[in-house]
Amino acid sequence: MTFWLLLTVNSITFGGLLFLLSSGFSLIFGLMRIPNLTHGSMFMVGAYLGTTFLSGTLGFTLDFWAAAVIAALEVAILGALMERLLLRRLAGQQLAQVLVTLGVSFMVADLCLMGWGGDPISVATPAGLGGFVRAGPAVFPLYRVAVIGIAVVFAVALWLMLERTRLGAMIRAGVDDPQMARVVGIRVSRLFTIVFGLGAGLAGFAGMIGGPILSVYPGLDQDMLPLALVVVILGGTGSLLGSFVGSIIVGFIYNFGQALLPELAYFVLFLPMVLVLVLRPQGLFGGQVL
Amino acid sequence: MSRTVSRRKLLAGAAAGTAAVAMRFPAPAIAQAAPFRLGLLTVKTGPLAQGGILMEQGVLTYLKEKNYTLGGRKTDLFTADTGGNPAGAKTKAQELVERDKVDAIVGPLAAFELYAISEYITQQKVPTLSLAAADNLTQRTPNPFLLRASATSSQATQPLGHYAATELKHKRTVTVSEDFAFGHEQMGGYQAAFAKDGGCVVNKLWPPLVTPDYTPYIAQIGDCDCVCQGFAGSNPLRFMKQYANAGMKYPVLAGEAGADDFLLKSFGDEALGLVSAAPYTLDLESDGNQRFVSGMLKNFDAIPGQYAALLYGNCQVLDAALHAAGGDIGDKEKFMAALRNVSLTDTPRGPLKFDHLNNVIGTIYIRRTGREGAKYGLKLWNKTIKTYENVSQFWTWPEKEFLAHPVYSRDYPPLTKC
Amino acid sequence: MTVRHALLAAAILALIAVPYAITEQYYVNIASQILLYAVFALGLNILVGYGGLVSLGHAGLSGVASYAAAYLLAAGHGHVVAIAGALAAGLVTTAGFAALSLRASGISFIMITLALGEIIWGLAYRWISITNGDNGISVATRPAPFGLSLASADGFYDATLIVFLIAVAACAIFVHSPFGAALAGTRDQPRRMNALGFHVWLIRFWAFMFSGLLSAVAGILFVYYNEFISPQALALTASAEGLLMVISGGAGTLLGPVVGAALVVIVKNVVSAYIARWNFLLGAIFVLIVVFMPEGLVPGTVRLFRVAWRSARRPKPATAAAAATPAGEPKP
Repeated sequence: MTFWLLLTVNSITFGGLLFLLSSGFSLIFGLMRIPNLTHGSMFMVGAYLGTTFLSGTLGFTLDFWAAAVIAALEVAILGALMERLLLRRLAGQQLAQVLVTLGVSFMVADLCLMGWGGDPISVATPAGLGGFVRAGPAVFPLYRVAVIGIAVVFAVALWLMLERTRLGAMIRAGVDDPQMARVVGIRVSRLFTIVFGLGAGLAGFAGMIGGPILSVYPGLDQDMLPLALVVVILGGTGSLLGSFVGSIIVGFIYNFGQALLPELAYFVLFLPMVLVLVLRPQGLFGGQVL
Repeated sequence: MSRTVSRRKLLAGAAAGTAAVAMRFPAPAIAQAAPFRLGLLTVKTGPLAQGGILMEQGVLTYLKEKNYTLGGRKTDLFTADTGGNPAGAKTKAQELVERDKVDAIVGPLAAFELYAISEYITQQKVPTLSLAAADNLTQRTPNPFLLRASATSSQATQPLGHYAATELKHKRTVTVSEDFAFGHEQMGGYQAAFAKDGGCVVNKLWPPLVTPDYTPYIAQIGDCDCVCQGFAGSNPLRFMKQYANAGMKYPVLAGEAGADDFLLKSFGDEALGLVSAAPYTLDLESDGNQRFVSGMLKNFDAIPGQYAALLYGNCQVLDAALHAAGGDIGDKEKFMAALRNVSLTDTPRGPLKFDHLNNVIGTIYIRRTGREGAKYGLKLWNKTIKTYENVSQFWTWPEKEFLAHPVYSRDYPPLTKC
Repeated sequence: MTVRHALLAAAILALIAVPYAITEQYYVNIASQILLYAVFALGLNILVGYGGLVSLGHAGLSGVASYAAAYLLAAGHGHVVAIAGALAAGLVTTAGFAALSLRASGISFIMITLALGEIIWGLAYRWISITNGDNGISVATRPAPFGLSLASADGFYDATLIVFLIAVAACAIFVHSPFGAALAGTRDQPRRMNALGFHVWLIRFWAFMFSGLLSAVAGILFVYYNEFISPQALALTASAEGLLMVISGGAGTLLGPVVGAALVVIVKNVVSAYIARWNFLLGAIFVLIVVFMPEGLVPGTVRLFRVAWRSARRPKPATAAAAATPAGEPKP
């Protein structure tokens, strides 16, 4: 019983973390039509930057949440810069853009190893969230429950942004039909930069939020990127609802797959992605942003 | 193996080794003309990098201490980064042997890397002192050019199993370790020794080397009175934290890498009470260890664990054997014999000597993680609570009996009803 | 054409001479690695360069062949059985890849092949009872065809060279055949090809099979070269490196993938001895090539030479341009 309860809560928590990671990935994919293969790197850089603010090596120490927000902002700027300086040069050449993100991910991984060394860095659970929640026979770590809350808050905030703001309207138009968006006077190129920065920032934030669960280590980028890909393919590119549902599904497959079918854990993880690509290429919720 | 014979042999070896070191007789002129070329196979990129970088620091600390002179010969170090994978290890071993023409290799780090190059070092006859523990290479399929001055995977976990059963009075254990040779052999050793003293392993869990979240495995732990983890690299940090976060209360035991001293700076309170067994411990009060630790602090400002200590020890063994051979390693078989005959007392890990299969016999330290005695600015400390001296790879089994069973693996010893 | 033939003959002679010219065993082995990765890159290039289908799962195809060979050898079979089994396993897997992925093109094709590659990697990594997981499978011996041992660096190089030359010749014949032209047609004008009565799917399928065959051959060379196989050889990074070879050398050319393979192998093995940050260097080279020389090193260099040639002959620009642009070259 404890086994099922613990795994269920953990699946939802992991799903929440995946949502933070993949919602930005999905928006970028939906708008620019390319999978950003540096997204795992953004997650890792966010976590590394955040831990640096916590550690005090810079001469000051920040609170966990402040560190997460500032790290996210920095990663957002990095993402926006990458879009402007590299991807912009290759506008319209999707293949070249994908290849550039691949090359940059090699570079970022090596730079992180140079900057932070090979030592794994564990991230302390933020103050006040170190305790437990009791539910009958089972005990859940409070932080993991809090991550679910954070994911829900972000989901609602992103939904409001897409639904109620001018920026959101432009993104929706861009995802639906980029040509049409351009025709009606939306500056798509600036939109690309903003969305790329937003997506990168979300990934960086997710990296720091994931820190107390996963810690930060070289190779974290390669662990997370395929998961984000599965989520987005499953849910449908550019769809917020899709990434939410996809994240939860992948959270469950990932957790229960490893516990119940260890030999086929990755098979059951990637098979749905293949099936969706073959049978329903737009994904479960493709073609609709919300 | 008869203890008296081995002890006598050891005494002779020790005498020879000490004499060689003490007299510092000059090496032959030919040998002195050409520097000794030492190759280091390590990992500087990818997930295993933290251990690999410490390995290099351990080697450099020894070389600096000896002013880059081993066995009276000027020494050049050639470092190769395998990238932490077997194919890379093979390529880099070739690079060291064929291009850099190294006379001996220290490293590699991981068991799967050593398995991948084992055949090659035999073909090329390169004396190799590994950190990696791939048990069978000094057991049922010995490699004549491998000297393991570190420890087999199971060398520390066998005493740990004994300690758990006899002193901690545990009866039922769930083991959890990475799903590769190092993990299989460590947990196999624990299980065999634990069962010998009346304990029983009730479940074995094998998460892969790269597992961002251990909770799916932790959820399967239950119906036991202790957990034995054999994680390596950065994984112990995440496992211990997630274990505590899941509200688990069973006491935890760990293999040599699972509570490595270099992790102390990163561990939090979740590591309190962790009982581990290791061939090296930072809190060993000996001149050899003092010299090593202060060298590491001075050169790299790094608090070392076994990765650095055992590589430093490998260099000491190499140094002693070179002295004994008069700096001459022209005859590789003879040099391997010189290596095997080395016996030292002042290494960071304490005294060590070798068995006839080229594996180390040394002290295994049982430690408990706590706050007491912490030094070097650390908040946590692994305090030695028991030492087992002269531990061989066969533990207390007679060699023949030990070698008659298959190598420890995922499925050996098998799970039994209890 | 005679100049081309002479150059070709000179290149082959130079390749044959490698073990004689280079006495260092180490560099002979590097040369073997370049050739075996070149076979892999040539296979990938059939899809990427001529078919316009970018695969990020090709390491899975060569990996299946490597594992099949290692598994059969470990089970006590001979080299003939192992090689035949490996080719069969590679081709069956390729057919599966093709059947699933060819419903899509463009980015979706990349995603499907990536997912399939990850599935194969995941099985190699976790299906311990078959693959031995992270520990990998060792191969005890290399084959000795016709009594010639491949155990030495030179022997293995010669065998790899023969396979490589056959692969190059096969690619050249393939590319210049009507089928190759049809494949290029499906890349440039899939709809028009369809309207002209070509079965686009089938053309792509057979191209995929040919690509998979070369990948499987490379996988067999790989497992014999290393005498070892483990899941790292199938990881996404391995597929990405293959793609890097094709793109950096020049997709859609015969020489490009070979140059790309040489570049990657040299950076990985030789340059890494001098520069610690070789992953960074590899990534940076890749980004620079994609941004500044998107056609790849080989065509890019040729282009630069042409530009230089033209500017040197500026007095008579019209004739120089006409002379320097062979027929069939796309107009700028």
